[in-house]
Amino acid sequence: MAATSAPLAKTVLRPSANAVGIALLLVLAYGIVPLVGTSYLYEAILTPFLALSLAALGLNLLTGYAGQLSLGSSAFMALGAYAAFNLSLRLPFLPLPVTIVLAGLVAATAGLAAGLPALRLRGFYLAVSTLAVQFFVGWVLNRFAWISNDSPSGVISAPPLVIAGLSFEDARGRYLFSLTVVALLTFLAWRLVTSPTGRSFVAVRDNETAARVIGVKVARTKLLAFALSSFVVGVAGVLWAFAYLRTVEPAGFNLDRSFQILFIVIIGGLGTLRGAFLGAGLIVVLPLLLSRFGAAVLGDGFDSGTLEMCQRIALGTLIVAFLIREPAGLAALLDRAVRCLRRAD
Amino acid sequence: MTATPLLRVEGLEARYGGAVRALVGVDLTVGAGEIVALVGSNGAGKTTVLKAVSNLLPAERGQVTAGRIVYDGLDVARTPTDALVRAGLVGVLEGRHCFRALSVEENLVTGGLGRGSGRAAIRADLDRIFSVFPRLVEKRRALAGLISGGEQQMVAIGRALMGRPRLLVLDEPSMGLAPKIVAEIFSTLARLNRDERLTLLLAEQNVTVALRHADRAVVLENGRSVLEGTAAELRARDDVRAFYLGLGAAPALTAA
Repeated sequence: MAATSAPLAKTVLRPSANAVGIALLLVLAYGIVPLVGTSYLYEAILTPFLALSLAALGLNLLTGYAGQLSLGSSAFMALGAYAAFNLSLRLPFLPLPVTIVLAGLVAATAGLAAGLPALRLRGFYLAVSTLAVQFFVGWVLNRFAWISNDSPSGVISAPPLVIAGLSFEDARGRYLFSLTVVALLTFLAWRLVTSPTGRSFVAVRDNETAARVIGVKVARTKLLAFALSSFVVGVAGVLWAFAYLRTVEPAGFNLDRSFQILFIVIIGGLGTLRGAFLGAGLIVVLPLLLSRFGAAVLGDGFDSGTLEMCQRIALGTLIVAFLIREPAGLAALLDRAVRCLRRAD
Repeated sequence: MTATPLLRVEGLEARYGGAVRALVGVDLTVGAGEIVALVGSNGAGKTTVLKAVSNLLPAERGQVTAGRIVYDGLDVARTPTDALVRAGLVGVLEGRHCFRALSVEENLVTGGLGRGSGRAAIRADLDRIFSVFPRLVEKRRALAGLISGGEQQMVAIGRALMGRPRLLVLDEPSMGLAPKIVAEIFSTLARLNRDERLTLLLAEQNVTVALRHADRAVVLENGRSVLEGTAAELRARDDVRAFYLGLGAAPALTAA
């Protein structure tokens, strides 16, 4: 069929254009940034950006692709972080990558359990059940001192980041470490969403009954989405605790963090991998821009309280604007911009 | 009709939410290679019968309370929908239900997922669907949410065909479509039935079209199967003509 083979050739070409972009990004991130970056850039911007991107990527698998709303993301981050802490404390002979994978698996198991209500509940009701997970995990981490090795108020400190004798302790090392983990998991997530499993995620999201009718195992698909998403979010929690903050407490993984991740996904674009990165970029950079801008305009009157308020107002306005004008988020805006540029050529 | 029918429904009763009685006694058989039409007015229970046949009622808080459904030796009530799909019983829901965010081609590909087809098999099946519905070829990259209703119905049917069904169950394929499109879809279905011996069970309010293509028809009324016969017989009956075809004066039959 001549008619069918022509458009096929086009699809083979399009990923290669994407591949060039991704290769350029990787060259920038691995080759140029480590040469020119300052430790402020790594510690205040890039490392939190990477950790939040990964968390948003994980939530996007669940909410954006499989259509299951979750308000418990930061609980899974906490589970990942505390699991990795305990594994490295109690099984110190495990290499760090193994510890991280196991911590992800702990979060995935919890995600599987948290996903059970999704077999019966949808939409808001499901969101409420994931809210229960959020509070339950917070309670467990505070209640059982053993989990935080009996430290007061559950504060834990990250073990040294050493893989096969190579130390990633300084700011640049932690950035490269996060970058590698994020790049690897993003690649795996890309493989997932382009696989038949990824398509059955979208089928369940778009129309559950129709998915069932064509033979998609709906229950299994939902649970799988919860488990895989929680794995990624759990690893993001490890990055957050080990590479970014170095010292965390359960209160740092509260409902606000869950909402932050959800907002990243909404602003960035539901159901796209790029969206997680675009949204996280905005969320990380916005407060910095606001504080610079505020200090320039208001001078000393712009204290941290005012900053936080402005941040909330700006973020809220952005979310409302996106939900009305561009429900597909920054990713769609970027697509449109690229298309305009192409046309201008 | 063969000795053992492909699908047999006996004394089927069903309820929604434990209270609403949707079906009170439905019997029907579908032999291999037949086209059977399920006709009846709004609320007669056509959709419920078809959902029961695909074992979809539990997902909608409904349940079969009595009777049984046997598809090719399988007890439908004990077989999950995805296993039924792999056994060749594939449904097309009322109102088309395409995956709006996926392209036409991706929608079709999802139809091959349930069966666990490999890439080569999916490619071959895709080509086959595009030859069955040539109209879809030029829309293959379009998002399914943005194509016309008739094309969406073709996508929904094509997606079901990707599962290589032996029994295709269709709920109101004519709903909301122009008569010309309805004729096109029905003649395609009839051709699949003739050339590939695809067995069809379809619910239709458009009785004229249904009886023109069906071999046999079953009439449902208030959740009960009240009449069964060949399409030719039913077309000839005065009461059926009066109630469902709108021809002639209504004779004295207990009307709802």
